[in-house]
Amino acid sequence: MMTRWLNDKTIRGYIWQAAVLIGLVVMLVFFVRNASENMVKAGIASGFNFLWRSSGIDVPFDLTGYSPSDTIFALFWAGVVNTLFVSALAIVLATALGFLIGLARLSSHWLLSSIAGAYVEFVRNIPLLFFVIFWYFGVIASLPQPKDSVSLLNLFFLNNRGLTVPRPIDGAPFLWAWLAIIAFAFLQWGVSRFAAARRARTGTSFPSGLLALVTLGLAPVFALIAASFWTGWDVPVAGKFNLRGGTVLIPEFVALLAALVTYSAGFIAEIVRGGLLAVSRGQREAALALGLTQGQTLWLVVIPQAMRVIIPPMTSQYLNILKNSSFGAAIAYPELVSVFMGSALNNTGQAIEIIAMVLAVYLFFGLIVSFAMNVFNSRMALVTR
Amino acid sequence: MKLQLLLGSAALLLASAASAQTLVPSPTLDAIKARGHLECGVHLGLPGFSFANDKGEWTGLDVDLCKAVAAAVLGDANKVKYTPTSVQQRWPILQSGQVDLLSRNTTITFSRNASLGVDFQGINFFEGQTFVVRKSVNAKAPKDLDGASICVAAGSTEEKTAADWYRERNLKVTITTFQKNDDAITAYDSGRCDAYTAGFGALAGQRIKLKNPDDHVILNELISNDPQGPVTRYGDDRWQAVVRWTLNGMIAAEALGVTSKNADDMKANSKNAEIRRLLGAEGGFGAMLGLSNDWMLNAIKQVGNYGESYERTLGMGSPLKLPRGPNQLWTKGGLLFTPPFQ
Repeated sequence: MMTRWLNDKTIRGYIWQAAVLIGLVVMLVFFVRNASENMVKAGIASGFNFLWRSSGIDVPFDLTGYSPSDTIFALFWAGVVNTLFVSALAIVLATALGFLIGLARLSSHWLLSSIAGAYVEFVRNIPLLFFVIFWYFGVIASLPQPKDSVSLLNLFFLNNRGLTVPRPIDGAPFLWAWLAIIAFAFLQWGVSRFAAARRARTGTSFPSGLLALVTLGLAPVFALIAASFWTGWDVPVAGKFNLRGGTVLIPEFVALLAALVTYSAGFIAEIVRGGLLAVSRGQREAALALGLTQGQTLWLVVIPQAMRVIIPPMTSQYLNILKNSSFGAAIAYPELVSVFMGSALNNTGQAIEIIAMVLAVYLFFGLIVSFAMNVFNSRMALVTR
Repeated sequence: MKLQLLLGSAALLLASAASAQTLVPSPTLDAIKARGHLECGVHLGLPGFSFANDKGEWTGLDVDLCKAVAAAVLGDANKVKYTPTSVQQRWPILQSGQVDLLSRNTTITFSRNASLGVDFQGINFFEGQTFVVRKSVNAKAPKDLDGASICVAAGSTEEKTAADWYRERNLKVTITTFQKNDDAITAYDSGRCDAYTAGFGALAGQRIKLKNPDDHVILNELISNDPQGPVTRYGDDRWQAVVRWTLNGMIAAEALGVTSKNADDMKANSKNAEIRRLLGAEGGFGAMLGLSNDWMLNAIKQVGNYGESYERTLGMGSPLKLPRGPNQLWTKGGLLFTPPFQ
């Protein structure tokens, strides 16, 4: 009886998995207990109570309304939001730039493809830290001192302290404007689905592209303009050192964003090129033979098939961008590693707790990115029967 | 049987009484003697405190303390291995036992002492926080920096002190934090900030790193009191006493007029009892800590007393030309003093 069980493949599998799981848990418990015991012996404070102490640390750029009298947890959150903000923007922009470079590299135009090729080789062989510092000092050095600020209509000011823009005093009109913009986007999405379905049924196409000009172009602009007349503005004015009032987009942010985008775009370009080359020549030739234009061939035939090859490696690029945003610590962009592992860790000394929290944040958002990309991938995957 | 046991323990007692002295075990001291050098954590590069010169030799006030301790323990001030540490690295490197001693212009604070598992062994520099600004902005005092951007190293006491100070006075400043002091200075120098903040002693050294040091001025008003000193781990009390009394010994030597030049002569000829105890001519003080009785003689001969060390590293004998100020003996109007060698 017993031996029959042991010979059963599935049961044996379960036994092994259980053993591995138990081993892992035992190891984890051992490490945690060992660490806490040693820390007590060495007189090092532990626990998470420090999160509710007031932080006293100033953050020059934050989107959460944090102030130094808030708790250390609020500081942590400000850091998380800054990390996500720069990562999200970098992912969007790097994808766009990477696609362009990847397409350029495949272009039959010699100069274009050589420049793209040189760019990719250059980027892939240089460490990211170099990019970050290059952009940072490049950005600062090329911008004027505050007293020589470049101003546009005396509303927008650019200097080496960043881009200072007027700040709306009341945020509600903009909230409405953004809701309207999202509504228009949904409308556009519905229309294009309808148009696609109709084309599949009857073959007549619907000018949904023209409509997009209105719903995604004119309407949002109009909504934002309306909102900006509706609210009052806190306009920056020149002070002794720098401009007073308004909101500042700090140069560290611009430098980090530029570094992440230009760096990741090089890798994304190669993924895109690989994906496009993976689509067999016959597909392209068949599409051209059917009378589709070059553009249509690319957008309707080649790219949709290439996406299947592109998406999985793209996921790891996106994860890299999220993780690489921690390079902001090198140039004083107040992201998670900088404010929490730099400032807060030194003020509290609770290294294990703080590093564990930072780890958990990257893991959590990394898994979310992976999950989202996997869902996208399964929707794009070739349905084989 | 009983008699034998009694005799045996009596013999043991006698034996331990006969050996000069039993000492509290000190794993740190034993480890230093066994490996033959002192592991000392210093700053990444702060002229006047810990700075590697063009020959790769470490110099500075904090470095001198490492050397003095090495001379006291091992008889040779050069038997030190320096580990440069950033603001953030210094704690784990000390806590993990990678260094025996952290001598890295570190401010003594309550929360560090209470929650980091570290002890401060006296004060070797009375530091106070201030700002370096461009002469062209015409700021005379910290309060004139309302609206300014201030560069600072992340996790330093200065970061928090500056934020607190301006918040208390309802002045708005933008504090931009960098991972290393040098990054913050470079950013200040390139115009990213209107001011860089650190202690006046550290600033005196760091100003040298600026492109045109003469275009910048260090404000006189201090916004904090940041006494700095050597740091050790919790637990090894005898080792802590060695570090504390080596520092005390350097200050005592200055107060008593013992210098690197006259130390041998003083030991042989001085009639002052404290000098004789300090230099090991009587009292057997070194042995009480498990060191040779020449411990302070070696330290003073090879490194000098506190005043010699100061003048060579920060004072008139150095490019910094920093006056003694609070770091002068209490008898001469400063704050330095030491408990007696008695």
